[in-house]
Amino acid sequence: MTRKQKRLSLIAAAGLILASSAGLILYALNDRIVFFYTPSDLTKQVIGPGTRVRIGGLVDVGSVDKSALPLIKFSITDGEGKLPVIYKGSLPDLFREGQGVVSEGVITPDHVLQADTVLAKHDENYMPKEVADALKEKGVWQGGAPK
Amino acid sequence: MIIELGHYALILAVMTTFVQCVFPLWGAIRQDPWLQSMARISAFVTFALVVLSYAALTYAYLSSDFSVANVVLNSHSTKPLIYKISGVWSNHEGSMMLWVLILVFFAALVAFRSDGMPERLLASVLSVQGAIAFAFLIFIVLTSNPFLRVGDPPADGQGLNPILADPGLAIHPPLLYLGYVGFSVAFSFAIGALIHGRIDAIWARFVRPWTLLAWIFLTLGISMGSYWAYYELGWGGWWFWDPVENASLMPWLMGTALLHSTIVMEKRDALKVWTILLSILTFSLSLLGTFLVRSGVITSVHSFASDPGRGLFILGILVVFIGGGLLLFALRASSLKQGGLFAPVSREGALVLNNLFLAASTVAVLVGTLYPLVLETFSGAKISVGAPYFNLTAVPLFIILLVLVPFGQSLAWKRGDLLGVMQRLLFAFGLSVLAALIIFAFTTGGPVMAPVGIGLGLWMILGSATDIFIRIWPRRFDISHIFARAWGLPRSAWGTALAHAGLGISVIGIAATAWGVEHISLTKAGEKIIVGPYTVALETSFKRSGQGFREEGARFLITRDDQSLGALETSKRVHAGREMPTTEAGIETFGFGQLYASLNEILPDGRVSVHLYWKPLVTLIWGGSLLMALGGALSLSDRRVRITAAERVSRATGKSRGAPA
Repeated sequence: MTRKQKRLSLIAAAGLILASSAGLILYALNDRIVFFYTPSDLTKQVIGPGTRVRIGGLVDVGSVDKSALPLIKFSITDGEGKLPVIYKGSLPDLFREGQGVVSEGVITPDHVLQADTVLAKHDENYMPKEVADALKEKGVWQGGAPK
Repeated sequence: MIIELGHYALILAVMTTFVQCVFPLWGAIRQDPWLQSMARISAFVTFALVVLSYAALTYAYLSSDFSVANVVLNSHSTKPLIYKISGVWSNHEGSMMLWVLILVFFAALVAFRSDGMPERLLASVLSVQGAIAFAFLIFIVLTSNPFLRVGDPPADGQGLNPILADPGLAIHPPLLYLGYVGFSVAFSFAIGALIHGRIDAIWARFVRPWTLLAWIFLTLGISMGSYWAYYELGWGGWWFWDPVENASLMPWLMGTALLHSTIVMEKRDALKVWTILLSILTFSLSLLGTFLVRSGVITSVHSFASDPGRGLFILGILVVFIGGGLLLFALRASSLKQGGLFAPVSREGALVLNNLFLAASTVAVLVGTLYPLVLETFSGAKISVGAPYFNLTAVPLFIILLVLVPFGQSLAWKRGDLLGVMQRLLFAFGLSVLAALIIFAFTTGGPVMAPVGIGLGLWMILGSATDIFIRIWPRRFDISHIFARAWGLPRSAWGTALAHAGLGISVIGIAATAWGVEHISLTKAGEKIIVGPYTVALETSFKRSGQGFREEGARFLITRDDQSLGALETSKRVHAGREMPTTEAGIETFGFGQLYASLNEILPDGRVSVHLYWKPLVTLIWGGSLLMALGGALSLSDRRVRITAAERVSRATGKSRGAPA
């Protein structure tokens, strides 16, 4: 093999691998990401059935219903809008009424979030960042910078 | 008094790192031996000062000195000794202290093991190390000072965040930091070579052991972090593609590439410029990881504080070192003597493929980690990039890479014989495919990826075994001959085989998670719940208190085929000091699999809501990574790789100290 062929084969291999991974990344960024909304965003925006979404806000006080355990029902609110959630799974330790929460799943035709993930915070001082931003925007929650 | 002494030593260290940064570099440029010789001394003095400072902070924790703000916020007088020690690095300020301690430790170690290194290269390397330490020490003193006092000392502290009070987490940060920061040595060597304007196989001999050392610690640190998340967070998962996990995975992937490219450079004097670039990028990703985790850009269990000033400061450090490193590379790389070219079908050709796949997968992880931040900054849209993205981008690249590994391992240097390698590997390949097919046939209806993944893992293990087997099997069978040859095989060959087999074992563990069973149920005493091959039944629920906590929990009895196999206990704990509950998962290991119980809730009527999992072969994930680290250690112990080996080579080749550039 000549020097030129050696160099060409190296460049071809590098080009092929980089191009195909770039293609994969671009495709996945279009197709495999999940957008974040607050409950009142959903009244303005239509989300297609089967689309995964992340919803953030506060757990509505008085909405947590554990009568059908292990199925859990609660609502997420941002002061303006409210969205009911159905979830089967373990709640995080710091899941509380009136506290920040982020939940991921699919919205059903009757406007309920069928969630497979519920995230709260890791310690008592911290509010999920997306939730803190969204709520500050709406003026519902003022709290200082999450510590 | 001791606190003030520590504080003073910290500020003094800022001065000595400044000296360490400026004078040796000046000496290296002016070729002034006296100025160059300041590098070693200042590295030792800096190390001594930072040790003193760190010891003072540890003393504050051990003696529960609640006049120090940092101790008040993160400690409690009743905490066990180990958590007083680990409490030092369980918070932002202390963990930055640990970061710098490890950084100056590595600088001192480089200075200590520098025999045979050209004095000018050593001066440049230690100068860069000094610059990094200087930047981070300034950062600590100005924005994250752990020695600040409180005017009105409280009677007791607020205690450690209970999920951090865990032996796994006590050692996870030091391991991870030894890895992150260890890559700074390769970075400094790369910058040194660029300043120096020359690079050769000797350079690679100096860099390889440091890279290997950093890689071993990073492997252990990531693995420990993953196991901690698995048993402490109570979610039953071991990897979440969380940004902070990605932050540690990226330098690991790039560092793995670097580890392999330095071998090519050392053995074949090729891939020089690429290796320099990888050295810069690997440490850049370590810095990026530190920034992501420490700045509060990403909120997670790791973001102790999100003070925008701190974030900006680290971002500044990031820009200076990554930008400066890459700029220097752009300006000077062309002046380095290019390495030779080589045939595509050869060990070095295979290692180039390894590097390409690892680099491409690092880019995939990087894009997935940063894209949400970038998108939010520019368009305000909030998105999350999770497992579906990474499974489609990084995972396919990993899979192809894993398929190729045994081929690369068996190819010869210079000119490989692909056909011969295929013949030799035929047995290993056939066996792996057969195993995958048999497993597939016997688990009808199960997920397809599990048998494929297990076949892949076996292929890695058998490929490594084949490589060793062929190298030690004599032409004529003689058992003593085999032992002699096995003994004579370089330890780095055993190390490679062990590390690759360890990776295969991890892959098997990961693949088997697809067979995992999970079951959420609301159960009452005596009711049987079937979880995989086991039957679990609630025995009783309990309330009790332990050292520093009270808990309420449930006890389950495990049976299989009516045979009693012990019990699982899972509970909710509330810790003294912080009214914060944590879930304590109950875990029982059977073979390589684990039965995992996580308590959701105990109802007033005695019924218990519990999340049960059966995770077959799950322990192989971490066992395999331990073997990988062990393989690295075995390689490091090879006398040809050891840190002093370069010295003998440089003497033998007549390139002694102070060699002209």
